[in-house]
Amino acid sequence: MAYYDKENECMDRERLIELQSERLIWQVKRMYDKVPLFRERMQEKGLLPEDIRSVEDLKHLPFSYKQDLRDYYPYGLFAVPTSEIVRVHASSGTTGKQIVVGYTRKDLDDWSTCTARQLAATGADKNSFVQVSYGYGLFTGGLGLHGGTEKLGATVIPISSGNTQRQIQTMIDFGATHLCCTPSYAMYLGETIEEMGLTEELKLKAGIFGAEPWTEDMRKAIEEKLRLKAYDIYGLSEIMGPGVAYECDKQKGMHICEDMFIPEIIDPNTCEVLPAGSLGELVFTTITKEGFPLIRYRTRDIASLNYEKCECGRSFVRMNKPQGRSDDMMIIRGVNVFPSQIEEVLLRVGGDVTPNYMVIVDRVNNHDTLEVQVEMSDKLFSDDVKSVEFVEEKIKSQLASVLGLAAKVRLVEPKTIARSEGKAKRVLDKRKL
Amino acid sequence: MLVKQISVFVENKFGRLAEIISILGNNNIDISALSIADTTDFGILRLIVNDPNLAEKVLKDNGLAVKSTEVIAVAVEDKPGGLARVLNILKDANISIEYMYAFIGKSESGALVIIRVDQPNEAINVLKNSGIEIIKASDVYRL
Ligand SMILES: [Zn+2]
Repeated sequence: MAYYDKENECMDRERLIELQSERLIWQVKRMYDKVPLFRERMQEKGLLPEDIRSVEDLKHLPFSYKQDLRDYYPYGLFAVPTSEIVRVHASSGTTGKQIVVGYTRKDLDDWSTCTARQLAATGADKNSFVQVSYGYGLFTGGLGLHGGTEKLGATVIPISSGNTQRQIQTMIDFGATHLCCTPSYAMYLGETIEEMGLTEELKLKAGIFGAEPWTEDMRKAIEEKLRLKAYDIYGLSEIMGPGVAYECDKQKGMHICEDMFIPEIIDPNTCEVLPAGSLGELVFTTITKEGFPLIRYRTRDIASLNYEKCECGRSFVRMNKPQGRSDDMMIIRGVNVFPSQIEEVLLRVGGDVTPNYMVIVDRVNNHDTLEVQVEMSDKLFSDDVKSVEFVEEKIKSQLASVLGLAAKVRLVEPKTIARSEGKAKRVLDKRKL
Repeated sequence: MLVKQISVFVENKFGRLAEIISILGNNNIDISALSIADTTDFGILRLIVNDPNLAEKVLKDNGLAVKSTEVIAVAVEDKPGGLARVLNILKDANISIEYMYAFIGKSESGALVIIRVDQPNEAINVLKNSGIEIIKASDVYRL
């Protein structure tokens, strides 16, 4: 079991909560002084910094949103003079103008701690060679893992993204033991290496793959092709970058660096904090960040938190892989439903292949109805009625247990549902609310 | 001895069956026997045709979910008790019938019965030993 800073990663939870409280009080006080938007929002709620006495009071604080970063672009939310900022990163996102975030020297050091923790958890040490194939530049991927590698004392191979032939040659010649890139690129590298017949030349032990959604299937495929253990990493530039949460070798969720970021799960509709274990929108408060701190930042990512003690010994709470965006949430008969939950059920029933599907929500006699249409496939189809009905029943009962809602399931012929990108387009809400 | 049967998943939609049968017709595939098992939402169309491999291919090419299964084709005397005799032989041999369908006037000696059982090879043996005429696949496809 390898840790980067065991005293923090395995800190007693009581002590951790004390530490969070101290840091939260400190952060709220300085942000009240230094960030006009935050002060205004506190005043709107009739709150003073002194009202925040512990993490228990976090739920009273105002939220912050991605739109804030656009409205106060570029430096309007920084909590230090730009003379203290030593680096900026930016992300464009798919909609709207780019957002920019800034780091002080200490922020960069903290961030390096985050990614060093991830690297150590994958077994990296001073003797490791870490090939960072994330893009270097305004994107946080490359420099984020770079910082952690240097802080850990391993050797960084700062190759950045692109030029697959060179990536492969470098990986082999330099004896890379760790690879950091997006999961889709890892897959592509693995396939290319296999085609070139170079798999035997690899010295890879572990890979850190994040910045885009990937499945357990992809994990298995990458692990086979690159002959390494594949780890998931979570982060977002608004909060820090990669390393906000990191996976340990138990691979049962990602540990959130709770000494720096306090997570909450809220109902995106009512904005209430949900009990531990609930699925909802992930919200982060940065309690150590100097340059660009955020209080209760709405990530729009749908996830849940697991406070059970992990076998690895770390006390940090674990988050599961985000299961979609809060914007996709539907409220059916008062129950929050995410398309990702339906997809998960179908994936399981479909035997690791998600059949094409369509969710139809309607309201009949003041009663919400939920119908899930699933395309029949050669894999799901069999010659007798009983087996086909069994598939239907299985989907139905699993939906009921995952959603807590009865759904009508209808099997339809293959290729009768329009193919579309994105989960939101698979939902047809006919209700006129 | 086993006959290849083609099963197709069909949604219960007006005119859908005609469309599927037309696909076969347009590809010069002859249907010797057919049945539909249905529920309120969907049906399973089962077909015995002159060229099962081609039928499977063209139906798949048309985006349908298709499975092929092996069934037994038996010639049953077209007189009272003819079918009962076949069923009793299978029952006595502890062979379960999953489903069956019949066509009268298709075989020389009477009705053609398509039977799907859990142990097809076993079934062929006991039927043969009891003097029941099993129709060869190649003959069935020609009917
Ligand atoms: Zn762990």
